[in-house]
Amino acid sequence: MGELRAYAALAGAQARSAATYRWSFVTEMLANMGGTVFDALAVLVLFRATPTVGGFSLREAVLIVGLSSAGFALADFSVGNVDRLKTYVRAGTLDAVLVRPLAALPQLLLMDIPLRKALRVVLGFTLLGGAVVINDVAWTPARVLLVVLAPIAAAVFFSSIFVSSASLAFWWVDSGEIGSAFTYGGRDFTAYPITVFGDTFRGLFAYALGFAFVAYQPALALLGRTDPLGLPPWSGFLSPLVAGVAAVLAAVVWRAGIRHYRSTGS
Amino acid sequence: MVPGGASVPTISRIGPFRGSTTTFGALIGSGFRRYATYRQATIAGTFTNTVFGFLRCYVLLAVAASTAGGQPGGYDARQLATYVWVGQGLLSVIGIWGWTELADRIRSGDIAADLLRPVSPLVAYLAADLGRALYAMLTRFGPPLVAGAIFFPLHTPVRWQTVPLFAISAVLAVTICFGCRYLVNATAYWLQDARGPITFWTLCSGVLGGLYFPLRLLPEEFTVALWVATPLPSLLQTPLDVISERDGPALQAGLVALQVVWAVVTLGLAAWVQRRAERRLVVQGG
Repeated sequence: MGELRAYAALAGAQARSAATYRWSFVTEMLANMGGTVFDALAVLVLFRATPTVGGFSLREAVLIVGLSSAGFALADFSVGNVDRLKTYVRAGTLDAVLVRPLAALPQLLLMDIPLRKALRVVLGFTLLGGAVVINDVAWTPARVLLVVLAPIAAAVFFSSIFVSSASLAFWWVDSGEIGSAFTYGGRDFTAYPITVFGDTFRGLFAYALGFAFVAYQPALALLGRTDPLGLPPWSGFLSPLVAGVAAVLAAVVWRAGIRHYRSTGS
Repeated sequence: MVPGGASVPTISRIGPFRGSTTTFGALIGSGFRRYATYRQATIAGTFTNTVFGFLRCYVLLAVAASTAGGQPGGYDARQLATYVWVGQGLLSVIGIWGWTELADRIRSGDIAADLLRPVSPLVAYLAADLGRALYAMLTRFGPPLVAGAIFFPLHTPVRWQTVPLFAISAVLAVTICFGCRYLVNATAYWLQDARGPITFWTLCSGVLGGLYFPLRLLPEEFTVALWVATPLPSLLQTPLDVISERDGPALQAGLVALQVVWAVVTLGLAAWVQRRAERRLVVQGG
């Protein structure tokens, strides 16, 4: 109970700071919303030139974008700020977090909860809803369950990527932008039908890292399409499982990182 | 600003013109050295640029493969690959993202120290940014381009003037980008916290600058309006169209001429905003 109150205080402080710089907050919120709009537009623009990309029509592509951006927006809202970890590790300010009698990760997240990203989540799910409506999905109980679970699994998966790539800073302080290749890069990868990518690159991102199960495979399962790349039809239903594995791995990496942390020298 | 206690070049006092060019040169040098210290971040950034290069290149090539005639937006497959990979290299040279130094200094009140110096903050930051861009050109421009050349067939320029025009265009893009970032950061003089405008800038500059997809894929009137009414396409779209030879020689040169206009406008506007701000600035802190 006391812990919860402490977390609430951290989150409340954020809300107050947002209210202090009101105009900045409003522009930032609008800009963040625009971010989701632009992500979707970037995909739609490609379909101006051609009716199909990688063998997928515009409608089907919108479903893939919808799953990816709903999941990413939710993950970015709740966990995305962990990428500031490298600043804390470099400056040694993580010490202040570690000496408090609260878990380190929730503190870090609540220290800078991005209220400005809230609308982005709403928009991402609206896009997903629209995509489900324009595609004639043959509903079965399994598909209903999947359409609910898939964006959540996507969010868990992206959150795991956020946490693991931020943890890199524990070992490599100057890792700089390398995490973005997997977080934002992962978002871009999952926003397209993965048939467009070259074999090696796809093998790495889609199957070795698991990004295929964020949006592409669940979208195929919802649409009842066979995978042109040869995975069985039920593989879309594996997405919660893949997300679970990713979360466990991220937790292991995070713990190892915290133990490895030795603060700064001077 | 000079890490590791390196010697600070002394500023010559011989003649006003020579004096100010020496100062400008010294500031460029310090900007260069400052970024040259972050070697590991350079490697990390290059890796990320390369990953995004693969992402964007495969997507655009897939679009080209299924477009009738194979030329979406008037680019063939080789030109698209060149567009993407030169773009990934140029991205860190013009440095669209991440510069909040001026806004931070305004908020913290450190800007007072900049105003005490005999060089205008606009000139000093411009010089430092040119130094940063020079370092990025030497280290971060090449690797993504090499990676792209290994994995994809690229377009080799056929006109003699393309490469020199691209060089001019890139320098202009750096200047315009700096002017825009300065203006965005300078909103902190009025708002204290410029995070909102900076986020807005990050968003617009990427999409409307031509990073995510060539703007030529949009309806033509819209693209022309963007080019004429905003400096954004002059950031990436112009240099990339120049190097991929998307247009005939006249339009190719014309786009660079438009960049000159935007460079003058953005820097002029930044100077004006700076003067206005100095009259109303209340330095924060005790």
